[in-house]
Formats: sequence, C-alpha cells, structure tokens
Amino acid sequence: MKTMTVKTILLKPFSEGNRKYFKEYWTLYLMLALPIAFFVIFRYIPMTYIQIAFKKYRIVQNVWQMPWADHHGFEYFIKAFSNRDFLHALRNTVMLNLLDLVVGFPAPIILALLLNELPFKRFKRFTQTVVYLPHFLSWIIISGLALQLFAPTTGLVNIVLNRMGVASVPFLNDPKHWVWTYVLLGVWQSVGWNTIIYLAALTNINPELYEAAAIDGAGRFRSIWHITLPGLRPTIVVLLILSLGRFLSSEFDRPYALGNALVSSVSNVIATFVYTYGIRGLQFSLTTAVGLFQSVVCVIFLVIANALAKKFGERGLW
Amino acid sequence: MIKAKRSKFGDAVVVFCCFILILLCLLPMVNILARSLSSSEAIIRNEVTLWPKGLNFEAYRFVLTDAKYTWSLIWTAILTVICTIVSMVMTILCAYPLIYDKLKGRRFFNTLILLTMYFNAGTIPTYLLLKDLHMLNKPVVLIIPNCISVFYMIIMRSFFYSIPESLRESAEIDGAGPIRILINIYLPLSKPVLATLSLFYAVGRWNGFSDALMFMNDRRFHPIQLLLYNILKSVTSIEVATQEGFTTPGLTDTIQAATVMFATVPILLVYPWLQKHFITGATLGAVKG
Repeated sequence: MKTMTVKTILLKPFSEGNRKYFKEYWTLYLMLALPIAFFVIFRYIPMTYIQIAFKKYRIVQNVWQMPWADHHGFEYFIKAFSNRDFLHALRNTVMLNLLDLVVGFPAPIILALLLNELPFKRFKRFTQTVVYLPHFLSWIIISGLALQLFAPTTGLVNIVLNRMGVASVPFLNDPKHWVWTYVLLGVWQSVGWNTIIYLAALTNINPELYEAAAIDGAGRFRSIWHITLPGLRPTIVVLLILSLGRFLSSEFDRPYALGNALVSSVSNVIATFVYTYGIRGLQFSLTTAVGLFQSVVCVIFLVIANALAKKFGERGLW
Repeated sequence: MIKAKRSKFGDAVVVFCCFILILLCLLPMVNILARSLSSSEAIIRNEVTLWPKGLNFEAYRFVLTDAKYTWSLIWTAILTVICTIVSMVMTILCAYPLIYDKLKGRRFFNTLILLTMYFNAGTIPTYLLLKDLHMLNKPVVLIIPNCISVFYMIIMRSFFYSIPESLRESAEIDGAGPIRILINIYLPLSKPVLATLSLFYAVGRWNGFSDALMFMNDRRFHPIQLLLYNILKSVTSIEVATQEGFTTPGLTDTIQAATVMFATVPILLVYPWLQKHFITGATLGAVKG
C-alpha cells in the first residue's frame, strides 16, 4: 500500500480492467439503483431524524437547525421515564412479551411433536393446512372474530358457558382476562405457522434411530424423549435465544386491534404509546426518544442473544 | 421402517388432539359466518352458535349497496395489485444483481440492506420524513415506503442462487447481458418463488392497516382493514358509529360479521395456492435468514 502514490489510487477506478468490467456490468448497477435509493431514502434518511430525540422539535425548522434540548440533550428521555403512561407501556410490553414467551414458545414444539406422531399422512397434511390458516388473517380480522366470539352475552363462548351454568366471562373487557385472551389469541394465530421450522428440523432426524429404538423396545414417549427432542435441540436453542432478544420489541397491530378503553391499563405497549403520543399528540421529540430507547435496547439484546447462540455452538444470525 | 410398539390408544389420543385443534381453528369462522347470515333479533336472544337462525342476507345486502364499503373493497383490491407489482419489480431488481460474485461493492450493498433488518429509525422519524417528502395522505404513501421486504428479498436471492451458475456463464459466452439473462433464464425458472412472493406481498397489503392509520387521514383512501377497524370500534363509541352510518343499532352485529367475512374471503380464496408453495418459501428463508 505504501508504495502506491496518490495518483495511482485516484486513477484506480478508471484502470483498463475496471473500464472493461463496468462496460460489461453497468446494467447491474442500473438495476440496483432503484432498490438502493429506496433503502437510503426510506430506511437511512429517517435515521438522521433520530436527533429530534435530543432536540426541541420546532415545526418550522429543519431538523439540523433545531435547538438542543435541556439536560445535555437528554430532556426528553428524562421526561419519558417520568411519564406514567410510558412506564405503564414499558411494563406492559415486558409483561406481554414474557407471557408470549412462556406460553407461546413451547406451543409450536408440542404441536410439531403431535403432528409428527400422527399415523395418517393425509390427515396430517389436512391438519397442517388448517392450523397454518390463522397466520394469514390480519389482527383486525382476528379482533373481529374475537369480538363476536367472546361478546359478553351473545358470543358463542359465553353462550356455551352459560348453558353449562357458568357465569359470563368478560374476555376482552376486563384487564386480567384480556391479558390471557391476548396471549392465547397470539398462540392461536401463530402456533401452526411456527411449527414449520420444527417440522423441517424433524425431517433431518435419521429414521434408523427410531428403528433401533423400536428394536430395543422403546415406546412412544421414550422415542420422543431420546430421539425427537434431542434432534430439535439446536433449533429450539436458537429460536429461544432469538425470542429472548426480542423481549423489548413491541407489535403494533395486535395490541392496537385487540385493545379498548376498558383495558388500556394493560393493552398500551410502547408501539401504541408512540402512536398516541407522537402521531396523535404531536409530541415528536418525546416519542422519538422512546423509539430510540426501544431500538437501542433491542439491538443490544440481539447482539447478546447472538453471542449466546454462538456460545452454545449454534449458527447465529450473522 | 419398523414402527415402534405404538399403542392404538396413543394414536387415538393424537388424532383426537389434532381434531380438537382443527375445530379450534375453524369454529370461530363458522360462528362468524352463522352470525352474518342470522337475524339481529336471534343474535340478541343468544340463539346463534354455529348455524344461522332466521336466515337472511340483509347484512350482505347492506354492505354491498353501501358506497363506502364497495369503494373500500375496490380500492383495496386496486391497491393490492399495484403494491404487488411494485414490490415484485423492486425485489427482483434488488435480489438479482446481488447474486453476481463479480459485482463490485456487493458486500457493501448486502450490509446496507441487511442492517435495516436489525435497526430501523422508528415510527416517528419515518412519519416526519414522509411529511417532509409531502407523501402523507396521498395514496403513494401506502405503496412506496414498505415496498421491499428484506426477508422476501433474501428468499428470492436464495432461489436465484440455487439456479446453476453454469447456465448464466454459457449465456454470457453467447454474448447475453445481465438483463437478457434475467428475463430469458432466471425469471422463467423462478416461477414458483415469484408466485409465492407475489401472494405474500398481496396478502400483506390486503391485511395491512397500520401504515394507513398513521400516514393516511383521507377516508377515501382507507383500505378495507382500517374501515373494518373503525366499524369494530364503533360499537363502543357513538360518534364513530354515526360517522360510519349506523343508525339502526340492532343491525351492527350482523353487519360487523358480514364485514369481517368480506375482509377474510379473499384470503381464503388465495389460501389453497398460497399453502402449496409457502412451506418451501418459509423454510428457505429460515435457513438463510
């Protein structure tokens, strides 16, 4: 490198070989131009707006010209952490994600084991087709289904409960019940789809292992315990660590579609807080600060999770 | 393969469990279909479970003759078609050049694109950018800002990778340029993945509502999901109810159910095609993602 003069470095792109290369492949760059422009404009330029978190937002000014916020620019972070609604949103985000993890994580593993045990091929395929379907319904549609199904008096579930002599349950209108309805609807929507990756891992298990176990007299549960589950272990570890990495991320559609005024104390998460305070309430600096806090925590967790995955001897994300 | 000593009883339990699961997935939809076809009196009398009581098509007639609903359905269909085309073109343009080993700057482009999967600016910065670009409340805001999904791009790139490089090299020797190779060799060979991703994009647009909620105040351009959301919430708030045109309260339940059906049926219609391909797509993405 040291022997290269400034002149050779500057002229390198125009060397004979490069000119030939560009003449042959310039169309590739032409094709990439639009997608790259898309990513720069809609993914990277918004990042320059993140500085609003540290500045006083003025509608008439350019982002770069706005004055810095107080407390060395951290005014809005301090405000966020003394805002009751934000603290609730933070608590709800962690709580709902934790419940999703505890209930929603084992569910597809169990379902995959169940599907794997099904003796009839065609019935298995039919079951798969049906349980994948909810994944393709929007949360608005699911919320519509749930509102009708769990309607306090006229809904199917409460009609059945009443006929069995049980009092109606306010599934969607009482905070405690809402949390469980939210979690279980999440399982309902995603459990089938999430089995796909486990079922793919199951096809990699050597069938001879099952034969050997059968010859040794192992029953159904022993085969599952000693062959199937160890075969799934790498997949389970990676997915578990990755979902731990997402523990402060928050969906918008799901809590927003399922929530209502009666349960806002548990249904407001960070994403809905940002929407109501930012886009509705026009508190741009505060909500950008909240969004930045969330993104940074998410990235940190993802990096830790990835390092953990690699430590367990698994392939990480990168 | 020698089967383990499997009890018939165990098999029966497994089949029974799966049967319950199937019912859990299908019954909510049967229920809502029954409600949409029932009379509102029957619903209020708690008589409707899985079979319509007082069969009538009043709710469907209401939805189909109401200009607001029909326009929303048509507009969402148009939007879905446009979005799918734009997204597919952009995704192909993005994925194809990146399979060239010789492409200078490939690592840079890859990193630039993949980083956006792990870190994004957030809702408010995006909102402010769209505001500065004067895109808010214009139909284009529902098309462009999310037109490429990095995840789907990776799936398409993996599929392009799986096409033997020798095909490309022999075409190059014959003097074909990258664009010609894409059109004459890669696209015809990629029909399955093109179909899958088109359906994924289409379903995503049909189901999407949060971008419209945040960036689109013009009610004329509200997609069906947002209209449905407003209708669902109208039960609890009177002013929205009158805004959306509910003057007869008894009818709301059946109309709600009918609207949910209208938003669901297109998904159910494409589902058979969708599920034929999506497992390949999903596992491909999972392996490479």
